[in-house]
Amino acid sequence: MGLVQNAIKWFLGRDMPADVAEIERERERRIEQMLIPTWEEGEKGPRFLLNMGPQHPSTHGVLRLFLELDGETVVRVEPDIGYLHTGIEKTFEHKKYEQGVTLTPRLDYLSNMFNTWCFCMAVEKLLEIEIPPRAEYARVILGELQRIASHLVWLGTHALDIGALSVFLYCFREREMILDIFEMVSGARMMASYFRPGGLAWDLPDGFEEAVSNFIELFPERVDNYEQLLTDNLIWKDRTQGIGVIDTQTALSLSVTGPILRATGLAWDLRKTMPYSVYPEFDFDVPVGTHGDVYDRYRVRVQEMRESVKIIRQALEKLPGGPFRVDNHKVAPPPKEEIYLSMEALIHHFKLWTEGMRVPPGEAYAWVESPRGEMGFYVVSDGSARPYRVHVRAPSFANLQAMPHMAEGGLVADLIAIIASLDPVLGEIDR
Amino acid sequence: MTAHGTRQAQIQPNSPAAQLQERFPEAVQEVVHRLGETTVVVEAKALPEVARWLRDELGFEVCVDITAVDYLPNEPRFQVVYHLLSVSRRQRLRLKVPVGGKKPKVPTVTDVWPGANFYEREVYDMFGIEFEGHPNLKRILMPEDWDGHPLRKDFPLGYEPVQFTHNVEEIQRKKPYAKQ
Repeated sequence: MGLVQNAIKWFLGRDMPADVAEIERERERRIEQMLIPTWEEGEKGPRFLLNMGPQHPSTHGVLRLFLELDGETVVRVEPDIGYLHTGIEKTFEHKKYEQGVTLTPRLDYLSNMFNTWCFCMAVEKLLEIEIPPRAEYARVILGELQRIASHLVWLGTHALDIGALSVFLYCFREREMILDIFEMVSGARMMASYFRPGGLAWDLPDGFEEAVSNFIELFPERVDNYEQLLTDNLIWKDRTQGIGVIDTQTALSLSVTGPILRATGLAWDLRKTMPYSVYPEFDFDVPVGTHGDVYDRYRVRVQEMRESVKIIRQALEKLPGGPFRVDNHKVAPPPKEEIYLSMEALIHHFKLWTEGMRVPPGEAYAWVESPRGEMGFYVVSDGSARPYRVHVRAPSFANLQAMPHMAEGGLVADLIAIIASLDPVLGEIDR
Repeated sequence: MTAHGTRQAQIQPNSPAAQLQERFPEAVQEVVHRLGETTVVVEAKALPEVARWLRDELGFEVCVDITAVDYLPNEPRFQVVYHLLSVSRRQRLRLKVPVGGKKPKVPTVTDVWPGANFYEREVYDMFGIEFEGHPNLKRILMPEDWDGHPLRKDFPLGYEPVQFTHNVEEIQRKKPYAKQ
């Protein structure tokens, strides 16, 4: 007899009505089921379940973890996701392609340029159009700036989780400069939506090149500063070396991509291995690690920031003039001046904003190397102005699967370092 | 070079698709080359065998993505789409498995690619396609007690109706808390 039933019996002076009693019994049975594993005997005393998150500062969003602990050792981890599910894939099906662009930054909000870029590439692939070189170069510059900004958030919060508070402040100081550039370009600091199928929303503003070159002049020195604080720091090494180890084969079989895969020693960077956009024209290295632990992931990402600066410098030198979006007015609107003078341009403009662009039927998968790994958009078109199906291959979603493998057998404190080193963004995991 | 790589017009003899067709003539229903991508349509019951062969013989070590598309009035209604990647050969391949019926079922590939675990759970959650042999097939993004599968085409896009004087009673009646 349950406690509640006893209380009710005492209160009423008789048994509960049948249906209420049934509900109560069912509830107690469920609670019992949940509690059973908690009292299993482990080596270091009774095992217990610990609920971590979803509201927890070091789960980097609304990630919830079920931990089964034996003393302080993690026996089992089960991630529970979906707290940030907003049905973006469903919403895509009800929006026109150009409206869909505004949904993309909401996925991985820390590297929104890559989402938009990838979506645009998939649509351009279906349309079989090539975008002008100025747009490609602008995308590369902004994309690499975004990679730096994203890695800065990762580095700051990672260090914060492990207890190095000051790194966070320095990282966000530099990120602020990048966000200022984004604001200058697109008007928004985080949800830029600046790339559009067929090129860019509008041309790069005056003073853009100067702002970017100022930043890349200053930034390599700042990376040195972060490294001075962390790379040879004994406490940092103690907390990260040999923690969360994963080898290349396991990483591949668990669909892990990005810096986590490269930290295991495999130089798999889509910008080099399956190039897209204008990346073949740039000279840069792919940093790799050797051990596949948290420290190596740290080294790889920090090195990637330096490589991004290299790419931005080259792209800025080569940045061509010319149009910033395609001349195909079935895809991109005609320039405003033309609308006043040409009947055809006015019709195109009207058609585009009322009906939207029509994408030929078919399916396409486009990929970019986002700061977290392979970001992919699978777009199915039925020939109308709205996509039939859009699926997002989110890198964090796949990378999260590797977490139990990394964390089981370690300590709870190491789990915090592992989560941070995975750099998950729940916006794209839950979509 | 075009932005999307060279477009293949014909099936090349050494391509993975051609080899797959040669090895499993009955299971492979169709091979499509379009926009520089290769799609192979495979029967559901041959999937585990094909998947294992692709991984072991052709080096598709990574299952990048699994999703599904709902073509509602058609039968078979769903197509489960697998995006595979070969790191060693730098190739991509798309497998499609048509499934239909009242209770669509596909054999799992988690024993071939353990990384398929979350993806299959997501497809189950969103489309209600069951993966036979999956170690932990339960909802992943939606709440456990959710009714229906949101990405099916017959699942409506939910919204909150706007209350006016003429429909306020009807709306209030439908709201769960209004019954108390």
